[in-house]
Amino acid sequence: MYPSDYRYTKEHEWIKATGETGTIGITDYAQHELGDVVFVEMPAVGTKITAGQVFGTVESVKAVSEIFAPVSAEVTEANAALSATPETVNNDPHGAGWLIKVKLTNPAEVSGLMDAAAYQAFVSEKETSA
Amino acid sequence: MTSPTTAQLRKTALNGVHRRLKAKMVNFGGWDMPVEYSGIVAEHMATRTAAGLFDVSHMGEIELRGARALDLVQHVTCNDAAKLAVGQAHYSGLMNERGTFVDDLLVHKISDTHYFLCVNASNQDQDFEHIRAHNRPGAQIENAGERYSQLAIQGPKALGILQRFTAVPLESIRYYHFALGQVDGVDCLIARTGYTGEDGFEIYFAPEHSEKLWSALLDAGSEQGMLPCGLGARNTLRLEASMCLYGHEIDDTTTPWEAGLGWICKPAKGEFLGRDVLVRQKEKGIDRALVGFEMQDRLIARDACSVSIEGRPAGRVTSGSPAPFLKKNIGMAYVPVASKASGTEISIGIRANEAPAKIVPMPFYKRAK
Repeated sequence: MYPSDYRYTKEHEWIKATGETGTIGITDYAQHELGDVVFVEMPAVGTKITAGQVFGTVESVKAVSEIFAPVSAEVTEANAALSATPETVNNDPHGAGWLIKVKLTNPAEVSGLMDAAAYQAFVSEKETSA
Repeated sequence: MTSPTTAQLRKTALNGVHRRLKAKMVNFGGWDMPVEYSGIVAEHMATRTAAGLFDVSHMGEIELRGARALDLVQHVTCNDAAKLAVGQAHYSGLMNERGTFVDDLLVHKISDTHYFLCVNASNQDQDFEHIRAHNRPGAQIENAGERYSQLAIQGPKALGILQRFTAVPLESIRYYHFALGQVDGVDCLIARTGYTGEDGFEIYFAPEHSEKLWSALLDAGSEQGMLPCGLGARNTLRLEASMCLYGHEIDDTTTPWEAGLGWICKPAKGEFLGRDVLVRQKEKGIDRALVGFEMQDRLIARDACSVSIEGRPAGRVTSGSPAPFLKKNIGMAYVPVASKASGTEISIGIRANEAPAKIVPMPFYKRAK
């Protein structure tokens, strides 16, 4: 379910990092919690984001969800397709529903995040305690 | 403040069914209720184009009986219940002495000596206490919520689906009228009412029949595109139809005139709680008015966002949300009465932005006849 080459945060973001570049999105658990995504607000190209801080929002019909940066980085691209089809975040949260592409300030930060097995355990525990 | 655990929340008779359908559940006014099953957008669209089935058993029911029942209804509500025929219902306000809302409700006249009130889930106990405290006429009153489950079947296909289960000719029940009859062998009050802006019915019956009726209606309706619908779609549907929600558009600080509900407020009927205040306010004029607005760019107004007009604070959004059928972002808010005209440009405070919006006529959505 959760791609093994991604890393994950407790706030349900994922990052797929290759050296200095990365792609960031929200996980399947997050999109399911949110419900039908209707609007995505992402920072402009060139924006510097800071690990652990809010960099954008993903809105569903009922909720506004802040998105936290998994790592410190500079935004190189925001997913323009989500403007017309925000539901892609629901349908393919780990693939076509990506939010931003970035240039990492400190690639070593990635190894501090959960791997797929740890994240899967983390959400399983959330689901059983709900 | 600690929230109740799920174990402490009240549950309708269909709670197990909702959980088996893997509904997302939420604490709504102390009730463990389904927010959505397959998704708010799908459920909203199903209700507008086919049918939606809603468990609204959390709603309260209060019954007034006896020779003084009408006097009590008239005393505590703002609409004129003397105008109701047997088998007719109307939307009304449960009022206090200040002319503001204790709740909104539906009043059904079952007979000259029996009135059936449907009130909001979160207010049912306060409403009953309020009615009891003002029972000067001496009617028999009952807080009957535990004796009823309620299902709403709404949408263009609702009548056809429900008709399969009853000998009552549903087409002969006019809008805001009701019949007492059987649905799938279960005694029901069958009302042509609803909170979605679509044609449809709300049925009230003894809770032990809940699973049977739910399953029968859903099985028959699924073939025609009916979906089970939760409180999320219930809210987006009523918002598109510009219907008020207690605690948002109306509460104990708002009068019917301010809320655009003058059509349910009848001082001419005679004495009722708050009548004098309301007569004075009608003469003097209101200071603020409820309006509907549409967002002009892609940002979404939410409940409680600030509203400003020409740079000056003008109030707060009472309800704000995407509108799935209209494919717009809409909301309602109170603004100074001088600014209430359609076309007026307003700003909504959304995070760090002042998002442009425009006042539009209500209802946002009206179903084709």
